[in-house]
Amino acid sequence: MSTVASVTSLRSRHLLGIQDLSSPEIDLVLQTAFVMKEVGTRPIKKVPTLRGRTIINLFFEPSTRTRMSFELAEKRLSADTLGMTTAGSSVSKGETLLDTARTLEAMSPDMIVIRHGSSGAPHQLARICRASIVNAGDGLHEHPTQALLDAFTMLERKGRLAGLKVAIVGDLLHSRVFRSNALLLTKMGAEVRACAPATLVPAGLAGLGIHVTSSLAEAVDGADVVMMLRLQLERMQGLYLPSMREYFELFGLTPRALERAAPDAIVMHPGPMNRGVEIDSEVADGPWSVILDQVANGVAVRMAVLYLLAGGEGEGGDK
Amino acid sequence: MRVLLKSVHVVDPAAGRNGEFDVLIEGSRLVHIEKNLEAGDARVVELPRGFIVTPGLIDIHVHLREPGQEHKETVASGTAAAVAGGFTAVACMPNTTPVNDSASVTQFILKRAAEAELARVYPIGAVSMGSKGAQLTEIGDLVKAGCVAITDDGRPVETALLMRRALEYASMFGIPVIDHCEDPSLKGDGVAHEGPTAAMLGLKGIPGAAESIMVERDISVAELTSGRVHIAHMSARQSLRAVREGKTRGVNVTAEVCPHHFLLTDESLTTGQAYDTNFKMNPPLREEADRAAMMQGLVDGSIDVISTDHAPHHADEKALEFDHAPFGIVGLETAVSLCLDRLVHAGMISLSRMIELLAPNPARVLGLPGGSLTEGAPADITILAPDASVTVRASTFRSKGRNTPFDGWTLKGAVAATIVNGRVVYVNAPVLGRAALVP
Repeated sequence: MSTVASVTSLRSRHLLGIQDLSSPEIDLVLQTAFVMKEVGTRPIKKVPTLRGRTIINLFFEPSTRTRMSFELAEKRLSADTLGMTTAGSSVSKGETLLDTARTLEAMSPDMIVIRHGSSGAPHQLARICRASIVNAGDGLHEHPTQALLDAFTMLERKGRLAGLKVAIVGDLLHSRVFRSNALLLTKMGAEVRACAPATLVPAGLAGLGIHVTSSLAEAVDGADVVMMLRLQLERMQGLYLPSMREYFELFGLTPRALERAAPDAIVMHPGPMNRGVEIDSEVADGPWSVILDQVANGVAVRMAVLYLLAGGEGEGGDK
Repeated sequence: MRVLLKSVHVVDPAAGRNGEFDVLIEGSRLVHIEKNLEAGDARVVELPRGFIVTPGLIDIHVHLREPGQEHKETVASGTAAAVAGGFTAVACMPNTTPVNDSASVTQFILKRAAEAELARVYPIGAVSMGSKGAQLTEIGDLVKAGCVAITDDGRPVETALLMRRALEYASMFGIPVIDHCEDPSLKGDGVAHEGPTAAMLGLKGIPGAAESIMVERDISVAELTSGRVHIAHMSARQSLRAVREGKTRGVNVTAEVCPHHFLLTDESLTTGQAYDTNFKMNPPLREEADRAAMMQGLVDGSIDVISTDHAPHHADEKALEFDHAPFGIVGLETAVSLCLDRLVHAGMISLSRMIELLAPNPARVLGLPGGSLTEGAPADITILAPDASVTVRASTFRSKGRNTPFDGWTLKGAVAATIVNGRVVYVNAPVLGRAALVP
């Protein structure tokens, strides 16, 4: 472990976004995740830390890896978990989000992990729920545990975050993974280069201290980390892009494009990947790729988050 | 019955009055406005020092929601809110259910207004049937039934051709087309002003250009047709520039701005409670340069009218996710206090200019009676207490809507009383006390 956490608990009982975390708090989560990762290497991958706690996984959007990763993290901490996955928004269901939340609250869960298609939905829940709210992705806003697991993976591979040159490439406009990563990495002193077609760059990025470019070569030049974002294929319909072919031509990560990166650069992707659209298979499966490490680390980081939000104590501990 | 408002400070910019006068009301009419009138048999009313008597204020952009959306507002609750906010007349938008695209809907609204007997109600008809942008409404019939303007407010007039025909056809009846300016393709499914704030909140953006492109288009169309276009709820600085240029060229264009657009910016979405849907309206709260431009337009005279775009919604609707909650905030019961505090007391404009923006100019834009205290005309009067302090309490609104971003604000300047057609329809008891006006 390269750095020493200067705080021992999180100020908030919710994790709504990286926006609300201080850099010592981010450090605390990452350091705790190293401990949690060790649990996953044991023959019996379970600790009694959250025994007797109830966690509800409330997914309003389809998700495989995030939902499974949270579930596994919860089970390894011995929490009682139940999941509710519903297609579409609460509006189309005929029950409002807040009514769903109140209904679940009545069952006295300790935590609610929520994924929702509307930005700010976890914030609305946090205002009315006694349970801790964990944002597992809200609209175009944030996906804080993804950014934490990405940072953990970088830290594991590079031993530091400060000073790292990180290129984030893809659909910045619609990516909550990008927002959370940009916030986390700038807070931790990394150098972020954001790269996207001009049609997929959100307004006002420069104010964040992020270098924005539409040149993949410029973004990748000397980069320690190259993070590729998933391109939603429906972007072809919104007049954002002419074709997948041209997207791959200009922004797809190939071994050749990677030649400009630092010699020991790592390649990341939050998944699921579109091979041949944003990333060449040779890169995805090549020596640079830490994509499966990200998946493995997701469990450890989510264990750390749940543990810290529960008060950072063992059985019976509470805030 | 005769009532004499004795030695009261009258501010009536259209008549050039700003000083102490006696105002004699007989029944429903204003009889005399002079200095040193004999009381005769009239009951004499004196107002506390500092109170101001003005022509009845007029809000030309209000959603009364009736028929069809009575859970949000009714003509009765909306006009109760109007008089509590100092407005003696409101013009109501046609996006009801059904849309006010026929004389029968217009007549129904007027019937409800007559039953409520509070503020005067001037219906605004739709430009196109169902506001669908395809076929013109029977504008002549609408005008005959009582409509004072046409608009597809809430939905922009998408094609320049329809705007051209509407302006040409409406000009036969001497009414303006009120223009909700928004390029639908640029607005997309945006919910907040496009900029750093929306980007960081992950909210889809609506650029200022979505508004100004249509302002520019319709000023050109108005120029082509010699029709009269009124730009509703202007929010973007580029739109103001277009309006200024249009006026300089002699185009028949007027513009209104709402208090939230000259007082708030999109940063409110992050400074208070995050994702508060009481800060979601269309057009959205824009950035500081836009807010400052709207304020400047009020100061330099390039903006004609302050309106509220009073848009009540049910609390259940506003409790939805930010993406799904409807656009709009209420405004009738906060506008005057906001203007007195943030415009007049803040030294941005004079009280006389404020009244101009709220009474004679709105009357002129829609060709309505009133806007000035005229001998022989109906006694529509607003009494202001510019130095009284008020705290906005949404829970006490007369409107059914509680959706205001100003809840809890303490402001200097209150409405003391509202008189419509010689009847005292609202008294702010803590400020004035009822006894002073009604025997």
